[in-house]
Amino acid sequence: MHIPDGFLDAKVAGTTALVSIGSLWVALRRVPAGAHRRVPLMGVCAAFIFVAQLVNFPVAAGTSGHLVGAALATVLLGPSAAAVVMASVVVVQALLFADGGVLSLGANLLNMAVVAVLAAAATFGLLRRVWPTTRGFYFATALASWSSIVAASGACALELAASHTVALPLALPAMTGAHTLIGLGEALITTLVLSTIVRARPELVTLPQAPAGSVVRPLVATGVVMLALVPMASKAPDGLEKVSESLGFSGLATGWAQAPLGSLPSGLLVALGAAVLGALAAATLAWVVSKALTTPSARSGHES
Amino acid sequence: MKADLGAFAGLDSPIHRAAPGLKLGGALALIVGVMLVPPTHAGWLGVPAVLVVGTLWASHLPIRFFVRRVLALEPLVLGVALLAWLQPGGAPVAALVMARSTLGLATAVLLAATTPFVRLLEVLRRLKVPPLLLTVVTLMSRYVYVLSDEAGRLDRARRSRSFVRARRFDWGNLAALVGHLFLRATNRAERIYAAMCARGWR
Repeated sequence: MHIPDGFLDAKVAGTTALVSIGSLWVALRRVPAGAHRRVPLMGVCAAFIFVAQLVNFPVAAGTSGHLVGAALATVLLGPSAAAVVMASVVVVQALLFADGGVLSLGANLLNMAVVAVLAAAATFGLLRRVWPTTRGFYFATALASWSSIVAASGACALELAASHTVALPLALPAMTGAHTLIGLGEALITTLVLSTIVRARPELVTLPQAPAGSVVRPLVATGVVMLALVPMASKAPDGLEKVSESLGFSGLATGWAQAPLGSLPSGLLVALGAAVLGALAAATLAWVVSKALTTPSARSGHES
Repeated sequence: MKADLGAFAGLDSPIHRAAPGLKLGGALALIVGVMLVPPTHAGWLGVPAVLVVGTLWASHLPIRFFVRRVLALEPLVLGVALLAWLQPGGAPVAALVMARSTLGLATAVLLAATTPFVRLLEVLRRLKVPPLLLTVVTLMSRYVYVLSDEAGRLDRARRSRSFVRARRFDWGNLAALVGHLFLRATNRAERIYAAMCARGWR
């Protein structure tokens, strides 16, 4: 998901850089001044996320994805610290490893340090509130990981399309479609990693201790999350077209969008279908994993 | 662990000696220039190409190292370029995107390979990047290799104690490894904090 230089035009690079700088400024101010002790922890955590990103997992048909870690950082450190940590990871990758462009740094920061963290924090916060049990914690973690990946890939597709590099009906299915699958891997790994941490050092994570209640509210909340993410595939083009019209974009991409590209509506339909299927798969995965992790026999059978 | 680009940052050449702020500014200007070349005048991309090759020559960097590092990052470029190629009339766009991002990549590799990371951080500090972010970035660049080695040790310890399932991908073991890496990282962070305080940090 690291966009290299040359893929984004000046408008997109500039806008995303401004939005990222503003968001990071807010995040930096929200890290409390008394969090003196947490500064080395954030530095080491950034290194940890970097190393964790080298972990590859199989997705489907021989392809593989790698961990992004935005949700992991959000659950472990809280959203503000997670945004700072993810920003450090992206900056070091660009400047020390040339992974992700220098000018597209703003866009990469936006996708992985802002959008991914916000999506994870919103999903996690909402689900934890409506399902305050240990099982709800794992369910929220899994769903937060999945939505962080889907939201970040959606933002990435929008940036590429707004730069006229790839037309939106092609970019969205290709990016978000693939990432609804990759997000499942991220959800599984993140949840299992957190269960390891909880078993070894329970004091590092605050687990809710409420008794199990009705599953109606969690179900409704899951539906809300899905509804927030799925329409990204269908609603976004209208908004983008409006933006591009008002900014006076012309030429290449507008030409493609209106070209006899019969797949224009069907491409978006594919994206929508993939998003719906992916959302159902993510909810099922979150359900199964959270159940397995909170069933006593499974816990003792699962050695570390 | 992939190696960073600092392996030859200690060489002595006019490019290595140049002020890091100048190099960062120059690299940014070059990449902006590459981005602004309009599709109708793609021939102008030859100017930044000549500049990149000239800088490479003046920097005494081993050509093989440079080419290998640029090629290592090229697959991602090819992926998106392929996507651009698939759309009607996309071939020239794909070629332009390829040329632009390869030049950008080459510039970034040159910058990182001729400038020690600490010098770049000094420039960022003078540019008023918030100190908290810079501290986290500095600590991170220091501990990336330490944690990478730690992950290697965890993996070796696990493999020496148990069978390896070669056929099936083992999510549980992988997650346990990452989880324990985090635990070791927090332990290390506590020791680093004590050491920093002992040396009068803040």
